[in-house]
Amino acid sequence: MKKKSATKDLKFDTKWTYAPAPESADHIQLKEKYDLFINGKFTAPSSKKYFDTINPATEKKIASIAEANAADVDKAVTAARTAQQKVWSKISAAERGKYIYRIARIMQEKARELAIIESIDGGKPIRESRDIDVPLAAAHFFYNAGWADKLEYAFPGKKTAPVGVAGQIIPWNFPLLMAAWKIAPALAAGNTVVLKPAETTPLTALKLAEILQEADLPPGVVNIITGAGATGAAIVNHPGIDKIAFTGSTDVGKIIQKSLAGTDKKYTLELGGKAANIIFEDAAIDQAVEGIVNGIFFNQGHVCCAGSRLFVQEGIAKEVIRKLKDRIQTLIVGDPLDKNTDIGAINSKAQLRKIKSLVQIGIKEGGECWQSDCDVPSKGFWFRPTLFTNVAQSSTIVQEEIFGPVLAIQTFRTVEEVIEKANNTPYGLSGGIWTDKGSKAFQVSSKLRAGVIWANTYNKFDPTSPFGGYKESGVGREGGLHGLSPYLKLY
Amino acid sequence: MATKTAIKNTSASASKRLDVKKTYKIYIDGKFPRTESGRFYALKDAAGNVIANVCRGSRKDLRDAVVSNRKAQNDWSKRSAYNKAQILYRIAETLEGRKTQFIDTMMKEGYKESNAKVEIEAAIDLLIYYAGWSDKYIQVFSAVNPVESSHFNFSYPEPTGIVHVFCPQNQALLGIISHATPVIIGGNTCTLVVAEKHPLTAIEFAEVIHASDLPGGVINIITGYRKEFIAHASSHMDVNAIVYSDVDQEQRKTIQINAALNVKRVVDYSKEETASPYRIMSCQEIKTTWHPIGI
Repeated sequence: MKKKSATKDLKFDTKWTYAPAPESADHIQLKEKYDLFINGKFTAPSSKKYFDTINPATEKKIASIAEANAADVDKAVTAARTAQQKVWSKISAAERGKYIYRIARIMQEKARELAIIESIDGGKPIRESRDIDVPLAAAHFFYNAGWADKLEYAFPGKKTAPVGVAGQIIPWNFPLLMAAWKIAPALAAGNTVVLKPAETTPLTALKLAEILQEADLPPGVVNIITGAGATGAAIVNHPGIDKIAFTGSTDVGKIIQKSLAGTDKKYTLELGGKAANIIFEDAAIDQAVEGIVNGIFFNQGHVCCAGSRLFVQEGIAKEVIRKLKDRIQTLIVGDPLDKNTDIGAINSKAQLRKIKSLVQIGIKEGGECWQSDCDVPSKGFWFRPTLFTNVAQSSTIVQEEIFGPVLAIQTFRTVEEVIEKANNTPYGLSGGIWTDKGSKAFQVSSKLRAGVIWANTYNKFDPTSPFGGYKESGVGREGGLHGLSPYLKLY
Repeated sequence: MATKTAIKNTSASASKRLDVKKTYKIYIDGKFPRTESGRFYALKDAAGNVIANVCRGSRKDLRDAVVSNRKAQNDWSKRSAYNKAQILYRIAETLEGRKTQFIDTMMKEGYKESNAKVEIEAAIDLLIYYAGWSDKYIQVFSAVNPVESSHFNFSYPEPTGIVHVFCPQNQALLGIISHATPVIIGGNTCTLVVAEKHPLTAIEFAEVIHASDLPGGVINIITGYRKEFIAHASSHMDVNAIVYSDVDQEQRKTIQINAALNVKRVVDYSKEETASPYRIMSCQEIKTTWHPIGI
């Protein structure tokens, strides 16, 4: 009887509750309507159409956003081409770098405003946008700025030249960070840019456009145009684009790769993932549990490199799962602007529907589903942190990317077995290893077919660190020295 | 004396002696099978005489080759750089010893003697060049990344996996060396569809690698019509990359369209010099590993 009470669920929320600690949003400046940023000016779209961007935590409209059609894309590409030939390629590399440093500095000055807007528009917790998204975005500009006049040292035996005009299409999970991640190396390498943010999260990219104006970046060097899939397709298919950089789903990535067939456009694709996070018996278990939580619930699980498949060695499976559930029970789901919030709002209604439907499939296929019983607000898009046990390699939720706070747990006995299982996926973006034994960490990391391996850590990012996938998780790298080559002609 | 006489006697009738003609088969998994399809094409000399009935490889041969590539990939990619370099060097040594044979064969396939000699010597030297890169390209193209947080972070190249190579049509031997060597020295395994007019050189090269300690399945060689392999190779779901340098515009488009099925890397070697570490790097993936620093 005593034993039974010892294994009872821990109830952290019975003794005290957290008082709300909302970040004040009264100082942010947002317009009611945003036009397209073309040739240094905000310009009304030729489509004359606007769509709403909403706050996923309240479902309230934040602003009207212009929808770019093919004619607008053409204007943006023309502006970028002219700027590349007449301005950006004419100024010295060192001066080019100084513009990029300027952008980084203004972003740092406005970091608080950017973080709040990021959380309002996308639903991510302010703790993440404040401590990760925005500082990292500024760091990407700062890092790449220095490359502008040092490219001759980056590729041994080669001279470099810019590719020309880069068309960049970014997703809604890290809106500002992805914009920085794409624009900064493109500019450092001497290219000009046409960037399209995702239709559910355009605001921080448009705030970035204002920052570019403030930095006196020459008109046309960066053009930011908003819209949905059709706008993206118009960018991909525009003959004036020399290089496509896309981050998003593997499905759309394949469509893009296919539509670029027969052209001379260069491309990099950062696509989906279904990462294995592997916990060995000799791991520091409490640290590993933190790592699992960070791996799958960071940014509501809207992360291409999320550790969505957990592999626990059999001997510790019970303990890990118990500790994991206890930990998950303490996670606070709610107002993205509250500094205590761990898991914010699901980015959109469509994404919430997708997560729900995959969870239903998981249950139907015999998976055992466990959810935290935390409160969630009545309005907005929310999903409680969710675990699945009793799943097989062939289960849909083990094979398909869910892009939400849903973790599929499997067990294993030997190192060989877990390597085999971990690699048994068309994806190959990332992976996690938890062990106290260095030799094992090196062995497993070298055998995982994935582009980023976190050993005894997870979901860490840095501008100096290349990021990108093997297999169907993409082509090419972004970040670091290796992230420069897609934006350069080497000769 | 008796033996000598016997030889003399045989050679005395040599004018009437029948040549032993060679059957040229394909090379898969370290063995020389006939094409599974049973088909052949007649290779003719300039005068129109049939020199050999050559295997006209099929989709099934390609599939078998990819299975063998996959089986060989793990072991090959884990070989030490030193070991891989020595195997490449060994291939060069073996070729050097068979120069005369290769010149003869290339002449049968239409080469002038002087051109054949230049090409085989260039091919041997290129093998030595890439052997030398084996334990260097990882050093040159890796990085330790100074991340802001307290982590040790490094990036280095790893093989993409299985590479399908369309060797150039206008070279008997140099095209094979310049297209296959950078691929395998990077730890990949590959299947080659070789020049239609030079299958004999290609299969004799298979005999060279067979005798040079290159494990079976690292290079598979299929003879046949290129156009029959464009769609199959590019849509094969276990092929990770396609390398070519002289496919036509339409074939290139087909390859690129099909590559999207499993996000294959499509590599045009004509854009890179014949001797260049960037050829190696085009079939490499950069892996980045993070580990915390602290106690």
